Amino acid sequence: MSTLAAILRFELLLAWRRRSALATTLGFFVIVASLFPLALGADPKLLRLIGAGVVWVAALLATLLGLARLFAADHEDGTLEQLRLAPLPLPLAVMAKLAAHWLLTAVPLCLAAPILGLQYGLSQGAIGVLVAGLLLGTPVLCLVGAVGAALTLGLRASGVLVPVIVLPLEVPVLIMGAGAVEAQASGLGAGPWLSLLAALFIVFLVAAPSVIAFALRISSE
Amino acid sequence: MATSTAARSMLFRYASPATFYPLAGRLWPWFAAAAVVLALAGLAIGLLVAPTDATQGDAYRIIFIHVPAAWMSMFIYLVMAFYAVLTLGFNTRLSAMMMRSLAPTGAMFTFVALWTGALWGKPTWGTWWVWDARLTSELILFFLYLGFIALQSAIDDTRRADRAGALVALVGAVNVPIIYFSVKWWNTLHQGASVSLTRAPSMARDMLLGMLLMAIACWMYSIAVALVRVRALIVERERDAAWLREAGAAD
Amino acid sequence: MLTDLSPSDNHLRATGLACRRGERRLFKGVAFDAPAGTLVRVTGRNGSGKTSLLRILVGLSTPDAGAVFWQGRPVLADRLAWSSQVLYLGHASALKDDLDAAENLEFACRLAAEPIRAEALALALARLGVAHRAGVPARFLSQGQRRRVALARLALTSRPVWVLDEPVVGLDMAAMAEVEQIIGAHLAHGGIVVLTTHQALDVAAPRPMVVDLDAVSLEAVA
Repeated sequence: MSTLAAILRFELLLAWRRRSALATTLGFFVIVASLFPLALGADPKLLRLIGAGVVWVAALLATLLGLARLFAADHEDGTLEQLRLAPLPLPLAVMAKLAAHWLLTAVPLCLAAPILGLQYGLSQGAIGVLVAGLLLGTPVLCLVGAVGAALTLGLRASGVLVPVIVLPLEVPVLIMGAGAVEAQASGLGAGPWLSLLAALFIVFLVAAPSVIAFALRISSE
Repeated sequence: MATSTAARSMLFRYASPATFYPLAGRLWPWFAAAAVVLALAGLAIGLLVAPTDATQGDAYRIIFIHVPAAWMSMFIYLVMAFYAVLTLGFNTRLSAMMMRSLAPTGAMFTFVALWTGALWGKPTWGTWWVWDARLTSELILFFLYLGFIALQSAIDDTRRADRAGALVALVGAVNVPIIYFSVKWWNTLHQGASVSLTRAPSMARDMLLGMLLMAIACWMYSIAVALVRVRALIVERERDAAWLREAGAAD
Repeated sequence: MLTDLSPSDNHLRATGLACRRGERRLFKGVAFDAPAGTLVRVTGRNGSGKTSLLRILVGLSTPDAGAVFWQGRPVLADRLAWSSQVLYLGHASALKDDLDAAENLEFACRLAAEPIRAEALALALARLGVAHRAGVPARFLSQGQRRRVALARLALTSRPVWVLDEPVVGLDMAAMAEVEQIIGAHLAHGGIVVLTTHQALDVAAPRPMVVDLDAVSLEAVA
């Protein structure tokens, strides 16, 4: 248990030392989301319609940004070997790393999302659903993305490969997250969509760490 | 128990590249020939015998390629997932090679299904593309194939390429139902596309026969191509093995 | 620390190890039997599979054939138990550029679930001659200094088996002498050390042993 806490603590410490990288992810998220009105025009009705989808696509891309490098640095400097040899199950170590990653990259996105929601003229209820969806969905994005990151470890083309492998798998999250907001806006209620998202979250939380650990073993044997 | 052991040893006998290589060499021409004959028969029935559709005219005849291609695209992915389980579970080299040999064919059929779907859509609905649940799922399936192929070809080490590919194929296969249903629900939420590919007109017997023949022809083609490819992979990977040099001398 | 060992039981054995990298077979039939106090030097020219052998021993890679036994039990049967017996220092020093030397050493120990005290940590760094750099981020350390920080773990660990990949690369004479002494003390207490090195390492080993991969390399045979 203390090993797990140590991984979490050192991951947070390391991320804090490199905090400008975290700000970059957040900046990327905001910039991507702000490009759409410039491309599509500032018609409030249109913006309200596309707002949730745009924020979700931006979140999808922003989480990918840091993920490709999630295990790469550890792989290059030898830490991954020590992580694999640590006397604790590798899926747990992976979970600790991902928890730190999620806290530092995805939570800021969730906190910034309401501001973008306001820019797109979303109602308060819709913004609430958007944030709830992001809080449930971004862990899934991190877990799925980590599978891609682990599989492409040390490959020259990993930067391009991760999105190609991961994005199709992330489609359900996108559909459910954006669907929840739209269902809320159209008065159908976001409940069913958020429940689906929660179910997806639980399934991935249980299954993905082992898959990621397995992928790491494949890639670093 | 005895039969299962026998079946197992049989399986492993044919799972050895040394046994499979000559077998595949003998079999593939038969499958290729069957594919050509069946495809010709299927097309003859589909294009010449089957009646013209009352509402769609002759444009509907694209289904003789479209539907079998769509079937194959999904089925091949399932077969790949099956080989992925064998690869990860039993560490058999041949299953990994089969998986790798099938992927391009699967991607090709997915592409054909999308392409013919678009060709069908233009005269029928007046648009090349509708975000119909099935077409969208097919598109995502195409992306899954691309991801698999891209990953495998980016890894130089064969063992890692095999295992990483197997894992990504399995993860994809597990996700396919999730993707399919989420796309379906998404489709019902957005009432955009009012036309649906699922509304199949009641099919004449000849139509069904033509489609069935075409489907079997696609099967035969896939098997033949996979066998040829797997032979090439065996040659590439086992070039140092003694049995291959002997086989080469015998050829 | 070293008194925790029950040295008489220590026994590392490998039988018929084979390894291939991609299409290339590196070695096969590698076997050795190392009781307590053995220093196993793995030798061979570049590319003969020294690192691959070490990775198989610690459990990072699976051999194509053969097995590794610790105290008579195959190590792959219980990876976690084996992990708490063996210390591995790879080619890369596993240092984080953004952590300072002391933090790096602390993280390495915590990750390995080894008990640490601040004084012991400072002492270990002092022994390897990097105490004055303890607060400096690893990115500002020289290659030799980075290696010293990584090697400071040897002065802290209570694990019986050490597997070291080129441990003294880039070290000056003083640091090398210190490492030789640490390894010698470990062996004297019944520890087992497996290492590769291109430098002449002068260690007083109760049981020296050489595993020459050139002798079992398939290319050499052909």
